[in-house]
Amino acid sequence: MKLSYYPGCTLRTQAKDLDKWGRLSLEKLGVQLEEIENWQCCGAVYPQATDEIAKKLSAIRALDAAKKNGGKLVTLCSACFNVLKRVNADMKEGGDVAKRANNYLVATGYLSGGDEYKGETEVIHYLEVLRDYVGWDKLKAAVVNPLKDMKLGAYYGCLLLRPNSVMRFDNPENPQILEDFIRAIGATPVSYALRNECCGNYVALKTPDAVKAQVDKIERNAEQAGATALVTACPSCRYNLKVNGNGRLEGVYITELLATALGIKE
Amino acid sequence: MDNTELTNRLKELSGTNVRQCMKCGKCSGRCPMFDKMDVKPHQFVSYLADGKIEKLQNSKSLWYCLSCMECVERCPRGVAPAAVIEAIRESVVRPQGGNRLQPEEVPALLNDEVPQQLIVGAYRKYNH
Ligand code: SF4
Ligand code: SF4
Repeated sequence: MKLSYYPGCTLRTQAKDLDKWGRLSLEKLGVQLEEIENWQCCGAVYPQATDEIAKKLSAIRALDAAKKNGGKLVTLCSACFNVLKRVNADMKEGGDVAKRANNYLVATGYLSGGDEYKGETEVIHYLEVLRDYVGWDKLKAAVVNPLKDMKLGAYYGCLLLRPNSVMRFDNPENPQILEDFIRAIGATPVSYALRNECCGNYVALKTPDAVKAQVDKIERNAEQAGATALVTACPSCRYNLKVNGNGRLEGVYITELLATALGIKE
Repeated sequence: MDNTELTNRLKELSGTNVRQCMKCGKCSGRCPMFDKMDVKPHQFVSYLADGKIEKLQNSKSLWYCLSCMECVERCPRGVAPAAVIEAIRESVVRPQGGNRLQPEEVPALLNDEVPQQLIVGAYRKYNH
C-alpha cells in the first residue's frame, strides 16, 4: 500500500532519525510512504489570527498535492500534523480564509479555476497508520525484538490532541493510542497525569526558564510513575526534554522504538 | 484608530466571541504558564470585551503563552483565550519595529540540537 507523505522541515534536519526509522519501519509492515513533491515547511505553528492567509499557503499546497495523489496525507511530526489538520479544516469550512487563499492560488496559476482546494485531503498521523492501516495485531506479530524491560511514559504533549474540535485524534482527556503502541512493541506503558501537557515549544528560545519549570514538572510526574523514558512523535518535545529537562528522563521517538522492535535498528 | 475601533478589530482578528465568557476562570486554572503571567488567560478575554487594550498589549503574558490550547479545550462556553492572546500579540508585533526576535539574536540561540520547528515557530509567533 502507498500513502502520500509529508516529512516537514525538522525531519530533514535535526530529526532525521524520526523520518528514517519511520519510513523503514512502515516499509517492513507493508506500507510505502511516498513523499509529495516540492513541499515547503508548514510553518510549525498554526496561525490563529483570522486574517492570516499567506502563512497557510505552504500547508494548502501540500494538502492539494496529496489530494491529487491518493487523497490522504501522512505526517509524523506532531507540529506538522497540527498545522496541516487545522489548515485543512479552514479549507473545508470554506469561509473567508478558504476563499481568499483559493483566489490567490488561482491568480498565481498554482491552481486552475474550478480546481480550488476545499479540504478534500484526509490528514493522517503516523500512529493512525499503525493503528488503522497496519493494525496492532499485525504489528505485534511483526515484532522480533520486544522491548520487554522498558517502562515508558506516553508523552502526547499538546499538538496531537488540541484543539480536539479539529484534531479529533484521540480522547483529549484520556488518549490511548500511544499506550497501545507501547504495548504493541512489547514495552509497558506507565500511567502519569501530565502526559498531555505542552513541553514549552518555541517559548524555550526566548524564555527558557519558564520552559525548564514546565519540563521539570512533567518529568518528575513521569518519574514518580516509574517511567524510564518518554515516547514522543515531536521534535520540540524531544528537544525540551533533553535541553531543558533534568537530564535523567530522555525523550525517544516512536519510530526509533518501532524500528528497534522490528529488528531493523540495532 | 480610536479605542473602540481597535477593540472591534482585535475581536475580529481573534475570531472568538468574548461576550460568551461567563468568567468561570477554568481557562486560567488549567494554563501551564499561569504563574508566569501578569495578565491571566481569562483576563485577556474580559479585558478585550471591555476594551482594555493597552493593558493587554503591555502584558508579558504575550511572550509566555505556549499556544498549547489547554484553555481552549477547557472553556465550557466555546471561547478561545489563546486566540485572544494571539490577536493581541499580532497587534504588537505587526507594526514596524515590533519584532520581538531580532535576526541578530538567532545565531546565539542556536546549537546543533535546536529543531528547525522551534526557530520557525518563534519567528512566526514573535515577528511579522
Ligand atoms: S494556550 Fe496559552 S493561555 Fe492557553 S493554556 Fe496554553 S499557555 Fe495558557
Ligand atoms: S473558561 Fe471560558 S467562560 Fe470560563 S473564564 Fe475562561 S474564557 Fe471565560
